[in-house]
Amino acid sequence: MEFFRIKKDIPFMSYGRFTTAISLVTFVVAVFLLATKGLHFGIDFTGGTVMEVHYEHPVDIQKVRSSLGSFSDASVQNFGTASDVLIRLPLRADVSGAKESETVLGVLRSQDASVQMRRVEFVGPQVGKELVNNGSLALLLVSLGIMGYLAIRFEWRFALAAIIANLHDVVIILGFFSFFQWEFSLPVLAAVLAVLGYSVNESVVVFDRIRENFRLMRKSSVPEIINNAITRTMSRTIITHGCTQLMVTSMLFFGGEALHYFALALTIGILFGIYSSVLVASPIVMWLGVSRADFVKSERKAEAN
Amino acid sequence: MNRYPLWKNGIIFLVLLVGMLYSLPNFFGEAPAVQISSASSAAKIDPALMAKAEGILKSSGIAESGVVLDPASLKVRFRDTDSQLKAKDVLQAGLGEDYVVALNLISRSPAWLTSLGALPMYLGLDLRGGVHFLMQVDMNAAITMALDRNLGEIRADLRDADVRYTGISRQGEAIDIKFADKDSSDKASGEISKKFPDLVLNQSSSGGEYSISAQLKPQARTKIQEFAIQQNITTLRNRVNELGVAEPIIQQQGSDRVVVELPGVQDTAKAKDILGRTATLEIHMVDDEHDLKAAIAGQIPFGDELLNERGGAPILVRKNVVLTGEHINDAQPGFDNRTNEAAVHINLDGTGSRIFKQITADNVGKRMAILLIEKGKAEVVTAPVIREEIGGGRVQISGHMTTGEAHDVALLLRAGALAAPMEIIEERTVGPSLGADNIRKGFDSTLFGFIAISVFMIVYYLLFGLVSVVALGANLFLLVAVLSLLQATLTLPGMAGIALTLGMAIDANVLINERIRDELRNGNTPQAAINAGYERAFGTIIDSNITTLIAGIALFIFGSGPVKGFAVVLCLGILTSMFSAVLVSRAIVNFAYGRRRVGKLLIG
Repeated sequence: MEFFRIKKDIPFMSYGRFTTAISLVTFVVAVFLLATKGLHFGIDFTGGTVMEVHYEHPVDIQKVRSSLGSFSDASVQNFGTASDVLIRLPLRADVSGAKESETVLGVLRSQDASVQMRRVEFVGPQVGKELVNNGSLALLLVSLGIMGYLAIRFEWRFALAAIIANLHDVVIILGFFSFFQWEFSLPVLAAVLAVLGYSVNESVVVFDRIRENFRLMRKSSVPEIINNAITRTMSRTIITHGCTQLMVTSMLFFGGEALHYFALALTIGILFGIYSSVLVASPIVMWLGVSRADFVKSERKAEAN
Repeated sequence: MNRYPLWKNGIIFLVLLVGMLYSLPNFFGEAPAVQISSASSAAKIDPALMAKAEGILKSSGIAESGVVLDPASLKVRFRDTDSQLKAKDVLQAGLGEDYVVALNLISRSPAWLTSLGALPMYLGLDLRGGVHFLMQVDMNAAITMALDRNLGEIRADLRDADVRYTGISRQGEAIDIKFADKDSSDKASGEISKKFPDLVLNQSSSGGEYSISAQLKPQARTKIQEFAIQQNITTLRNRVNELGVAEPIIQQQGSDRVVVELPGVQDTAKAKDILGRTATLEIHMVDDEHDLKAAIAGQIPFGDELLNERGGAPILVRKNVVLTGEHINDAQPGFDNRTNEAAVHINLDGTGSRIFKQITADNVGKRMAILLIEKGKAEVVTAPVIREEIGGGRVQISGHMTTGEAHDVALLLRAGALAAPMEIIEERTVGPSLGADNIRKGFDSTLFGFIAISVFMIVYYLLFGLVSVVALGANLFLLVAVLSLLQATLTLPGMAGIALTLGMAIDANVLINERIRDELRNGNTPQAAINAGYERAFGTIIDSNITTLIAGIALFIFGSGPVKGFAVVLCLGILTSMFSAVLVSRAIVNFAYGRRRVGKLLIG
């Protein structure tokens, strides 16, 4: 079986303006959302308490809510099923957060003895701040590391193009999380960084072909060379990402609540990763003015050595 | 053509075999068990204990399904959790408080695997259930406590040296001493700098008033902070022992934090209570004048208390407190200079030394008792005889102690209380049912994802797809084997990492298969196409994996807890996938096509 038996190269570069315009618009919308709505940070970053409790039978959420009336800013909602309840408590300056979950559980137990603690997470304010700092540092380090590697392996223009394309993916993932106000937690951050590393692959594979084509297709123009490289790697791109997405979809359906947003972030990242690393990175490389001379020169140097 | 030399096939086969072997223990699951470990050095883990434990279980009619003795603990396996719970209570009652009896899970894998060192992965708290605390030590408090102690000693010292001062107080992180004349100030400065090498002194005068400001040297501050965290860890360890946790983790993190992980603990309220508790030490005099037997019978003399000594013997102690543990600066195990017996050397502060000198002078030949009081329950740690007056604050406790016991007593004396207050700044508790759910969900997502990829690959690439799937399976085994060998902690994000790595690892095989098709289209012979496909794809595979590796390493450096687990799996998975996708799949392809003339490749 073969999905892509393409005889002629697809003129991707002539759509360059169009595809980058789409990207630009999505990017601007994402930035706008992040600036106005912001992210719904999980307690990993904000600090606070999250408790997951399980009842033997479906429970009236209203009753649970009213029993916790003394915790004025507690948010109570169902979690997955009618007998699972998720309670969130923000940090409070006057009470020790570590003790609060005990008090809440005590109140719930006095109301319904069948309540069972499934999970408690408490994050103090110090820890939250650190996680934000470490997260930003990790993002920076990954970006620099990837740029450095691509600059050594290819050329600075490729490095710049790849990182622009992929950071734009990151911003779009964050835009989705902002628009739907999905909870942005530590695993989501891990997913975002993994996507960053993963979708750069795509650019690498295309760039590899572009470099090869510069040597083989001596008479073609730069856009032709890039079109050929993208067309010839397209089959692999779609299949690889499709396979990864199969696994991620499985996580989305079977992984439960804990892996839900992690898988969601990966899904968005993979979809936009295909698009941006091919249709955004390559036009940028072209506009940055990459030419045959950049490679032929280095080849001569290599021969001289 | 397309044949691996024998040694290469041999190595690949060997690696796969080892991979299989070491990933195997993970598939046997875990059996409920009771783990007995020693709470004091007197309690030995030896075959005698094993016989005793077996005897206790037999006499109470609980059937065990295997007993394992290792240097640190004795583990008894059971068929079900019911007998496990019953056995825990029976064993704790039968063995006494010298042993920690805790619930645990041990692998069901057969003994021959365990003897090869093949152990299952260690399950993280989110998979097995338990409590994770991150505690912050209040270092400012540790410093002020040290300064307050110094202040008391300086005051006593100046009094002893007959230096008059008009005032002494702690101002923030400095001790201020005021004098009426320059002479006293100079004398005091000499005296203090001689006796307190940890302090920097700063003399000044204004309006006829002379003063000295003493501050801690930077090295001394670091020493105090290191000591505080070490002592707090020791204290926490002692307290956790009391909780009966099978494999607790108590570790320093950064300069002022401690991680406490208690697998299997569900009662967080109790755990928090015990970890946050403050124990106190007191020194009392022993009442040897009254009849101990009468006291045991119920006639306790007025002003006395009947307590138990470590090891169980009752002892009569006067209620009057002679000295409290606040005055102990340090306690170290060592040896008696004269008799060479094991001993504990205690260092008292200024006030403590003076009181102690007075007491020992008045009570030569009598016994004193050192009490550890926790939650209102007092226990006599040791009750030595006073041989002579003891001055200078250096106290030695010796007699009837092994070196191990001396070590324990020193530790208890030091660890009786926390060196500095601690606060829980992060808690993650996972119930056992959620843990089991998480394992199932993680496993299911990986399984169904794997099946989906396999079906697609085989349909799309036929025989080469099958080869890719086999290579992917080998990758899974290798990854699990490496994680087991490293005894890495598997968390839910870690399981997600395994799934994601498999999803990404197939990329290498897709690259190879596409290249082979490409070469065939360009008119190469099947054998040449296979060769060129593998050769040419290799560079791209390396390139594309390195960027993911960079992301994984950054996550490992900056991630915390569960994210770190994800990062470890991601990085290791990339490495194993390069081996399996390139070498293993090539070996299989070589086996299928290598030794003969091939008309057409089954690659779809």
